[in-house]
Amino acid sequence: MNVSLTRIFLLHCMFSLMAVGGANVLLPELHRHVVDMNGWMSSNEFASLYAIAQAAPGPNVLIVSLIGWKLRGIPGALVATIGMCGPSSILTYGISLLWDRFKTSPWRRAIEQGLAPITIGLVLGSGTLLARAADLSWVSYGVTAVAAIVAYRSRFNPLWLLAAGAALGLTGLLG
Amino acid sequence: METPRPTPSLHELFTGFFMVGLQGFGGVLPIARRMMVEDRQWLDDKQFTEVLGLGQLLPGPNIVNVSIVVGKRFHGLTGALTASFALLSAPLVILLILATLYGRYGQLAVVRHMLTGVSAVAPGLVLAMGARLGARLDRRVWTGLLVLGTFLAIAIWRLPLLHVLAVCIPVGVGLGYLNVRRSDKP
Repeated sequence: MNVSLTRIFLLHCMFSLMAVGGANVLLPELHRHVVDMNGWMSSNEFASLYAIAQAAPGPNVLIVSLIGWKLRGIPGALVATIGMCGPSSILTYGISLLWDRFKTSPWRRAIEQGLAPITIGLVLGSGTLLARAADLSWVSYGVTAVAAIVAYRSRFNPLWLLAAGAALGLTGLLG
Repeated sequence: METPRPTPSLHELFTGFFMVGLQGFGGVLPIARRMMVEDRQWLDDKQFTEVLGLGQLLPGPNIVNVSIVVGKRFHGLTGALTASFALLSAPLVILLILATLYGRYGQLAVVRHMLTGVSAVAPGLVLAMGARLGARLDRRVWTGLLVLGTFLAIAIWRLPLLHVLAVCIPVGVGLGYLNVRRSDKP
């Protein structure tokens, strides 16, 4: 695979500024770029990389490190991570200098109220797309649904759910 | 009256965020809150909520944004760099080790089966997070339609994120502004 480090970096700089509401909203866009548009990996492999990122400790944003790793090994992982965190961090640093001044501005509340529903729609969209990317059996969709309900209703450490998923996978029932 | 709070040294900033990075599975924010508000008492609950609000509002990974704001508050640019580096370094190393193992053993049936199970659960966690955010949303017709519209555009019609944002953000902020204006009237 011949994807330059510069290209990986610039792509992730763009993702960084599009991640409105956090890294999880980006999954469909990541999938669109690396699977649909460029064919750098299969949909199934994308789902596997996401599974590894979830099973490892740390912020979910590190899925981009795995994509970078897949494309160009460890340098790719570093470049993708820095690209993904850099521009948004610089923006945050700058805005946090001014933010307190706008505490009472109606625009501040308008932005907060207006972005919240968008983030929710994007996160739900990410979850749906991810379930489809794994391209599994109906049994797996059932597992996804049960996991969603249990995670929503209870305060289990998500690690237990992921471990239960791995154990269930070992039975071979999920295909 | 505000109780005086300890100002963390750079070293404490580093160890605090380093431990958060190592612990967070499938979501780091609750652990970050516990470390900063309960265990080390750098911030009170209200301050944390404000920092989090900003971190979630701006683009980029929320927890990284939080580490930037908190690091900056105590030690300026050095603090921001220290906190974000501390947060990401350990999980990145672990992830690269796992990735290397996956590269070598990913084709084994045992590994494939386990990953299939994990990748069936992982989307469920993302959906649950969306549902949690949704439960806290101010319920109105416009917020509901905006959630639905964004969801359809991304998951069903598979439109590019940039196009979706270019339409949804002005619409959302515009409606948010009207809503703020209306609720401010007596």
